[in-house]
Formats: sequence, structure tokens, C-alpha cells
Amino acid sequence: MATYHMITPLSDEDVSKLEAGDIVYLSGKIYTARDAAHKRLVDLIEAGEELPFDLQGSVIYFVGPTPPKPGEPIGSAGPTTSYRMDSYSPTLIKHGQKGMIGKGKRNQAVKDACKEHKAVYFGATGGAGALIAKAIKSAKVIAYPELGPEAIRELEVEDFPVTVINDTKGNDLYQMGREKYEVKD
Amino acid sequence: MREIAYDDLVKSVKAMVMHTASHLPEDALKAIEKAYKEEKSEVAKSVLKQILDNAQLAREEDRPLCQDTGLAVYFVNVGEDVKVVGGSIRDAINEATEQAYKDGYLRASTCDCFDRHNLKDEVGYNLPAVIHFDIVPGDKIDIEYAAKGGGSENVSRATVLAPAQGKEGILNFVKQVISDAGPNPCPPIIVGVGIGGTFEVAAKSSKHALFREAGTQNPDPDLDAFEKEIMTELNKLGIGAMGMGGTQTVLAVHIEKNPCHIASLPVSVNVQCHSSRHSHITL
Repeated sequence: MATYHMITPLSDEDVSKLEAGDIVYLSGKIYTARDAAHKRLVDLIEAGEELPFDLQGSVIYFVGPTPPKPGEPIGSAGPTTSYRMDSYSPTLIKHGQKGMIGKGKRNQAVKDACKEHKAVYFGATGGAGALIAKAIKSAKVIAYPELGPEAIRELEVEDFPVTVINDTKGNDLYQMGREKYEVKD
Repeated sequence: MREIAYDDLVKSVKAMVMHTASHLPEDALKAIEKAYKEEKSEVAKSVLKQILDNAQLAREEDRPLCQDTGLAVYFVNVGEDVKVVGGSIRDAINEATEQAYKDGYLRASTCDCFDRHNLKDEVGYNLPAVIHFDIVPGDKIDIEYAAKGGGSENVSRATVLAPAQGKEGILNFVKQVISDAGPNPCPPIIVGVGIGGTFEVAAKSSKHALFREAGTQNPDPDLDAFEKEIMTELNKLGIGAMGMGGTQTVLAVHIEKNPCHIASLPVSVNVQCHSSRHSHITL
């Protein structure tokens, strides 16, 4: 279990050294998107149109924050459950996305895409929305404002704490961790 | 007949809802602290530490504990000798919910089932609230409230077992539900189990079971023993905090039991994430 500090955008080299269980502190720009925004991104790719942000090396955070209080960049902003993005993530990974931040299990297609195209799935602590918001220095809506909490936001983050769940070698921390602590009668 | 003013009811409920979003109740805090002390996995321990730090920060700075500020769920017991003047109880609770979610900068999370558009502009901000009414003797209105998030609701399940499956069948069903859920409902979790009644009574009981203070004993010794047995079995799954592997997956198991039909054994499992935001007022 290693600890890294990384700056986005991430390279193939960055993600290839990460292993399931490693802790990473991310800094730089990351983008928020949930199911509705993912669908629109994939539709744009399929139509051959330009995306609202550069996908190369990008990290997407699955989050729908609470409204910010006056004078603050964002409200509480912890991860949402990731499986709802499973049908879209492989397409984005194939087109250059390098990292995803969420919580909960991914399907085999996402794990395979991580292995084949070199990308990682990071877990953040669900229900720690107030704490995580401290790592977010600025936020601006860059696409789909009509989606409200589900709009795509560009976040500037500093030492955003995540744990590698699925790495580029096909490892899965959820399986590994559970096997280690499971008590079989 | 005792009277309660509509505006007073709105004011009390609104204050409770706003407070609950940022203040993790004492029972949940104590249960998480206990899990932190007993956890064997270093990774899971660090997650539990983050959860405790988050609770402290949310409390001190009055920030929502989680961005999923939930659907507002109420169990309301209305005394036969009390009435609300100036409006209906349902309207008062909905109005209080909307005001609390708006003024507290909480998230509006109700949407249409099919096209998924947010209902905040046409029905109301995070409306409608989910309200379960009951009529009871007395001149009080008793309101239990929880902000119920989607992640833990998504893994909840109900079934009707054959009576012959008995306690073993119930244990196996609960174990299967929690095993399948894995990391998704934000463990460590509280597990509400509704047993008996009809199909919908079991489901409602499993929800209401989550409102009991974590760490309190079931008054029925037989159910108390069964809760402990289920909890021990669930913690053997090894899921751990946020599913990263560990010994502390379940903070508490709460059972509510009802008489049922001679042909049926309904069972429902409702899961509560570690951010167990609930409150209680009596007016």
C-alpha cells in the first residue's frame, strides 16, 4: 500500500504505477458528472462532436453536490454510487479518460476497460461530503446547467483523498479486502 | 380537544429537519466510534476516521453531513384528542420540509420515476415528503424523522418466505441482501428487518426499525438474541467500512415483528448508511 500525490491530467505512466489499495491525493482540475451528464457525453462521442472538456487524461468525479452557501465554491460533495455510470464509462475510457472517483462496485466491462486502456477507479468516502468539500477550492458549471446538481462542473482540487479500487492490472480492492476479512464457518 | 397552531408545527418540524442534516445523532456517533476502536483493518480504520472527522466538521460548521440529504421520511403518531388549527398536518410537514431544504442549502432529490426530471419546481423543493400517519390515544403529536439517502435504499429488499423456512430462512435472506449490497450502501450500516404482517407491513416495519436508537436493546428477549445472532453473521462477511474489507460492517440490527397470515412469512430488509440522520419531537 503506497501513498502518492498526483496532478491532473493523469498520464498512462501515472495510472500504471497505481495498485488497488494505494492512497492518492489528487490536485488540479477534475470534472463532475452523474448518469444524465454521462449519457450526453457518450451521445456527443457517438455523434463525433466536441465535448465540453478535454477527455485526455481527465478524472471524472461522480457527485451531485448540495447547493453552495453564499460565498462558498460548493456545498457538501461526497461520491455517489458508481454502478449507474457503468454503461457509459468504458466509452469515455476508450477515448482518453484516465480516472473515475465514486463509491461502490463496478461491472466487468469497466474493469476490463481500465486494464485495456490504462485507467483507474478511485473510491472516495461516501457520507464524508463536508470533509471532501474542503479539498475543493473552486467550482464552475461548464455544461448542462439545466441538470441542476447533475450539471458538469469543473473543480479545482487540492489533495483530494482517494483510494485505488480498480487498477490497470485487473485488481479489485473490494474483492481483495473482503477475502482477507471474511470468516468462513 | 387540545389545539396546536399550524405555524408552530411548521416551525418545530423545520428546525428539526435543518438540524438533522448537519448533526449526526449521538447513537450513530457512539456506534461508529465503537467500530473505529474494534476494527482490525488499517484501511477500514482510516475510512472510519474520515467519517468521524466529517461528523465533527459538519456539526461545527453547520454543513450537510452528506450531499445526499435524502428524501424526508416521517412517522407521525397523531393523538385522538389534538387538532391542528390553521391547516392540515400533512401540509404543515410538507411546508416545513420545503423550507428546511431550501433555507438549509440541502439538495432537492425528488424526481419523476420515468423521465427523471426534478420535481422541485412543480411539486415543491424536495417534495413530497414521505409521511406515515397513525392515530393513537392522547393529545400529543409525535413525529419521528429521518433524512433517507438513495444509496442504502437501493440495496433494500423484501420477500415472502414459506413459514417452514423460519428463522434460518430469515437469517439467510438478510445475509444474502447484505452480501449482495457489498460496498454500495456506505457501510458500516444499520440493518432494519421487518418480519411478519403482510407484504407492505413488513416493508414499513423494516423502515421504522431504523428509527430506533442504535445500541439499544430490543425489549423482546427472543428478538434481542436474534438481532445479535444476525449481526455476528453479517460481520463475518468481511465487507468493512466503505467495502474496503474489515471486521466492522454492521453497527446494529433492529427487528420489528408483527403477527402474520398462517400461510406466509413476509420479511423485509431496509438498510441505513452510516450517516444515520434521524430525530424525534413530541408536540
